[in-house]
This record gives sequence, structure tokens and C-alpha cells, in this order.
Amino acid sequence: MSRPGRDDSPDRLYTLTGGRARSAPDNPFDLVTLVVAECDPATGMQSEHAAILRLTEHPTAVVELAAELKLPVSITKILLSDLLAAGRVSARHPRAVVSDPDVLEQVLVGLRNL
Amino acid sequence: MDSATSDARTPLGAAADNGLKIVVVGGFGVGKTTLVRSVSEIRPLNTEETMTKAGEAVDDISEVRGKSATTVAFDFGRITLDARNVLYLFGAPGQERFWFLWDRLFSGTLGAVVLVDTRRIGDSWYAIDRLEHHGTPFVVACNDFGGPAYTPRQIREALDLDPHVPLLDCDARSRASAKQVLISLVEHVKGSYGTQGPARLQVPVPHQELAL
Repeated sequence: MSRPGRDDSPDRLYTLTGGRARSAPDNPFDLVTLVVAECDPATGMQSEHAAILRLTEHPTAVVELAAELKLPVSITKILLSDLLAAGRVSARHPRAVVSDPDVLEQVLVGLRNL
Repeated sequence: MDSATSDARTPLGAAADNGLKIVVVGGFGVGKTTLVRSVSEIRPLNTEETMTKAGEAVDDISEVRGKSATTVAFDFGRITLDARNVLYLFGAPGQERFWFLWDRLFSGTLGAVVLVDTRRIGDSWYAIDRLEHHGTPFVVACNDFGGPAYTPRQIREALDLDPHVPLLDCDARSRASAKQVLISLVEHVKGSYGTQGPARLQVPVPHQELAL
């Protein structure tokens, strides 16, 4: 099975993110943050940015984007933070279960209906 | 690699706004991906996280083989629960080098399923220890490999399992069985909240005070 990032040269990942190897500590994206495109891909855009905008026409989780882009999660988050800062995507962050226990009941109902 | 991958994507509904996480953890070959596949609405996908050595305390160099970063791969699947809630199931390795990524990847997780092969019970000790350390609610599910049957008591003893942690049998290949494992976990998590409020969840239950 081909695994994202495993056989990529580090140089490629370095170039993708302008040299940033890790997402900043204040990077707001969680693995399951749902990302939604706020604009269409445009010519001249970095190809990974354009790919993200195509993938997020419907809400798509960060981890799904990483898998589809075949990039490590941390690199994907850096790309997303750039798009978020530019207003090209919006982010729907997970609600903490701790602050919303009703979610647990909703999860149970959803699972029982499977 | 062709466009079929993208074409096969099953998009979420436009109202989806809350991603939830459950982690399935266990030793190599115990059936994590099988369990995820049994209940997932998408073909399980694989991705990975890397961590550079610089500035990070934990690294097993033997696993890196000269690379400048440690890489941990994990599978995941997805279950749309309702219009807004989407559950992501992660199959994650149980060995030591994985756990330094736990906080980054799986913080805020609803809970965990420790998948156990009763023929290799020792593979689960470390995972259980770490989950207890993190205060993550979990259940233990023994995947049925047709090995010798052990009583729940024997398994609990072998795992040194806290009596309040649910222990169940499952067949990871069965959708109904995998679904029941997840329901048991969420019921357990719900019980962990109890009547004392969610703030109690991360706080260790104090041992009975001794009269001195």
C-alpha cells in the first residue's frame, strides 16, 4: 500500500510549506475539523491549495484531506492555515464533548441507527 | 493512481459541522483496520503524521532508519451519525513509539477501544497503561480468533483491568459486532460523566479514604 509522505523527499514537503516543518502551536486545526471551501480554485494558485479547494466543496475533515493529498497531517494543517488566513476556506472545529454532553446522546442514537 | 479515488469519495452533507473521534488501539494484526472497515461508510483511508527530531523528546531512532523524522501511520474510517455529527474511527498502533503523538492527534477523543488478541494479551498492557495515564475512557474488546476461550475473569486478571472498565467479546469482521463495541464505549463514556458533571471526567477517582 502506498503511504502518504513516506517515500516523498523531505525537500518536497519543505518546499510545499515554505520551509515550515511543523504546524505552529496555535494552529487551530484538529484532525477532525471540517473544512469548507469559500472560493473556487484559481489559476496560479499553489497546486495543493487548489486541490484542497476542490476537495472541500463539501465539508471534509483535515485527516481526509491529508489522506487524499497523500501528505502528512502536519503539512496539511500548515497549508490549511494559509488558506484560512486568506479567507479561502472556513473551519468547523469539533465541539468539545466535555462542554456539550448532549452530543454523547446524539452519538448513541446515530450508532444505534446504523 | 487515477481519478477513480476522488470519484469514489462520498461527500458529507452540507450541514456537517462536528467531527468526533474514537480511537481503536491494539497490537499489530489484532484487527484494528478490520473493525474500522466493518462499520465505516468509506473504504478505510491511510495517512500519517511525522514528527521531526529537533525539539522533541521522544524518538526511537531504530524505527527511523536514518530519516530525520519519525512517522506514524494510521487508518481511519467514517460514520455519519446525523446531519451535523460525523464520527471518525482511527486505527492506531499500540506500540510505544506511537504514544508521543497521542496528544497531538487524538486529544479530545471521545474514547478508545483496546482491541485484544487473547493469544497475545501482553501486546495490550502498554496501551491500557497509557490510556489510564491520559484519563481517556476506554473499553476492552477481545477479537475472536478462535483461540482458547478464557473467562472474563482470567482476561481481567491478565490485563490487570480496573473493574469499572467494560470487557467484551467481538468479531471485528462483523458490522453488528463492531457497532456493539462502539455503543458499549459511548455508553461507558456517558456513565463516566455520571451525575457529577463533565468536569469530573479527567479527574482520577479518589481511592476510598483510609481511616487513620
